[in-house]
Amino acid sequence: MNFEHSEERRMLADSLNRFISEQYTFDERNTINASEQGISRKIWRQLADLGTMAALFSEEDGGLGGTGFDLAVIFEALGRGLVLEPVLSSAVLAGSVIAEVGNTSQQQWLERIIDGSNIAALAHEEAASNNDLPWVESSASTDQDGWRLHGAKALVSYGGIADVFVVSARTSGDIAEETGISLFLVPAGTPGLSIDTYPLIDGGRAAELRLDNVWVSKDALLGTLNHAYPVIEKVTARGILALCAEALGAMEVCKAATLDYLQTRQQFGLAIGQFQALQHRMADVLLEIEQARSSVINAAAAIDADRLTRERAVSAAKFSIGRIGTLVAEESIQLHGGIGMTWELPLSHYAKRLIMIDHQLGDEDFHLQRYISLSKEVKEASHVE
Amino acid sequence: MDLNFTAAEESFRQEVKEFLRAHLPVSLSEKVQHGEHLSKADTEQWHAILHARGWLANHWPKEYGGPDWTVFEKFIFEHECCLAHAPRVVPFGVNMLGPVLIKYGNETQKEYWLPRILNGADWWCQGYSEPGAGSDLAAVKTSAVRAADSEGDHFIVNGQKTWTTLGQHANMIFCLVRTNPDARKQEGISFLLIDMNTPGVDVRPIITLDGAHEVNEVFFTNVRVPAENLVGEQDKGWTCAKYLLTYERTNIAGIGFSVAALKRLKHIAAIRQRHGRSLADDPAFAARIARVEIDLENMKTTNMRVIASVAGGGVPGAESSMLKIRGTEIRQEIFSLTRRAMGSYARAMPEKNTSTKETPWPAELSSAKGVAAHYFNSRKLSIFGGSNEIQKNIISKMILGL
Repeated sequence: MNFEHSEERRMLADSLNRFISEQYTFDERNTINASEQGISRKIWRQLADLGTMAALFSEEDGGLGGTGFDLAVIFEALGRGLVLEPVLSSAVLAGSVIAEVGNTSQQQWLERIIDGSNIAALAHEEAASNNDLPWVESSASTDQDGWRLHGAKALVSYGGIADVFVVSARTSGDIAEETGISLFLVPAGTPGLSIDTYPLIDGGRAAELRLDNVWVSKDALLGTLNHAYPVIEKVTARGILALCAEALGAMEVCKAATLDYLQTRQQFGLAIGQFQALQHRMADVLLEIEQARSSVINAAAAIDADRLTRERAVSAAKFSIGRIGTLVAEESIQLHGGIGMTWELPLSHYAKRLIMIDHQLGDEDFHLQRYISLSKEVKEASHVE
Repeated sequence: MDLNFTAAEESFRQEVKEFLRAHLPVSLSEKVQHGEHLSKADTEQWHAILHARGWLANHWPKEYGGPDWTVFEKFIFEHECCLAHAPRVVPFGVNMLGPVLIKYGNETQKEYWLPRILNGADWWCQGYSEPGAGSDLAAVKTSAVRAADSEGDHFIVNGQKTWTTLGQHANMIFCLVRTNPDARKQEGISFLLIDMNTPGVDVRPIITLDGAHEVNEVFFTNVRVPAENLVGEQDKGWTCAKYLLTYERTNIAGIGFSVAALKRLKHIAAIRQRHGRSLADDPAFAARIARVEIDLENMKTTNMRVIASVAGGGVPGAESSMLKIRGTEIRQEIFSLTRRAMGSYARAMPEKNTSTKETPWPAELSSAKGVAAHYFNSRKLSIFGGSNEIQKNIISKMILGL
């Protein structure tokens, strides 16, 4: 048993952490967020040059890593910097789908995702799906040796500037059925595609996508017709792991900032960290973050395991992160007092991000229920044996 | 990063499992599994079985009779013992006094007392807490006055110890006593070994809220203790006390106990019905079980991270406080859920059965008897061994630097 990262992975994490702390300052982030597109192309290319995206893919797919612990290390660093740029959506979600099921010609996108020259986005979620992963109303039907797509997609990360979309659509079955979902590669600018961008409370941009009679050639189909669900589930698991690790990075920053505040802020003639009521709350924050870290380790170790092991560990982690992230965010604001409520303080933005991570890819309650039903599946599977 | 045990550790696990299969008497494991109280003879039997294999004092260095296990092997051993429902090793001699003697005792003391711990000649209990010294342990008042007469150098001890676990079985007690009333709090304390059969020692039971006799008060009235029973320097006993409280606390999370208790909870939840379905399928109850199960899964990894850092040469200091807090909270939650799972029947006290039938309630529930008593008993977990609030003080001081 060994909880140390490999030398290579540590070096990557170190250089990414150094880059973020030097180049991605809080002021820089604010400037980027206030810019028209909410992204810095320069930073995006630099992240790519450092090997950030490459570390998220296996060598077979043109990357340099791709394991659960690679994801964990990268996203913890991104979380520490509160990085806005869409590494999750472009590389982990859209990129992993292409890596999993793309044919040779579709896989050409990977090179450009990894080197940062293109941004991809997964367009799966819909207004009514509310984290129910198989819920797909958008539809696709064959038309003139190609596919015609109808429907709408919700909260597509940086949809306004993405070069290509991985779009899920129903090709058979009922709205919530696992079978009958297919995936399509839709380049930006395809006629019939309309995109409405809006800012997010935790920073960055998302977009609503409308697909009105969007025609794509038959080569646009990604993977097997009607059987995209297992891929979506597997890629979502990678996305959840990435989010959990990102939250861990944000929690560590909240902890350090709050601790520093407790040691410097004076009231009643004492540093407020001298008061036991605050000390005990801070001790809880500390030990919960250690539990959160363990949940991320468990999920990272299980990400390439069989489906039930993987999904159970991932749901356990997302539940833990949802619960603990909320605790850390709320306690950090409370222990900071009034100043914790201000836009000026970096901490408040970390707290917002932590809370909003619970709103991505299923929250605490959703994943607790999911963990319970997965546990039942495990039990039934062991009875069959 | 590798979350697996090595092949050598896995084969060690098999060795432990085989040992337990072959040598753990069913009469003992059944009692443990059903949460029944063990007699003195039960514990002595289990200690003797472990001693025969050389596994009783598994934290001791090899030269004193330890098996020379790594921290991982110790963890595996204790974990497998829990899963097999082996009796708990009573820690006072083996895990507490032994390491103190090895570190601070003189050669004569080590040669005399250590073998007696292993062969069961002595049953030790702990004389730390007093009515006025609980969390504030350094406030001990029991006095020991040094004197000499024709029969030799000795101490005269007066005072009272309390919460003395299994003191009713003990013939020896190690005590923190005040030898210098004028010194600063921690500085006038000494570590003294006292024969419970000496005139002036009086043990009285304390019955806890679950009806059990586990702890005692011990009174000392002009008790004469030979000076050779002083461990370490006079007035420097606090060093021994602190060492003892931080020694080998990497298993303090009690993961194995929780895993075994969770298994029992799930079994009970599966056989109890509500609204025509098993309690395990009741959404609210299933959610509570899942919450504690996830917390336990995380705790296992947290515990292994601490153990791995010890294996790498680190010292488990304040990290053991985290393990203690979360580990005891998890165990308490499992006991709480087990009590809830039994519904109305939790109120029955089958161990004090006055009915004419051996089991007055439905037979399929017999495995669940005593769940409320266990729950009440488990409230001690967050109080003893440094209350969880004291652990939080330690975390804020030692880790957070507040």
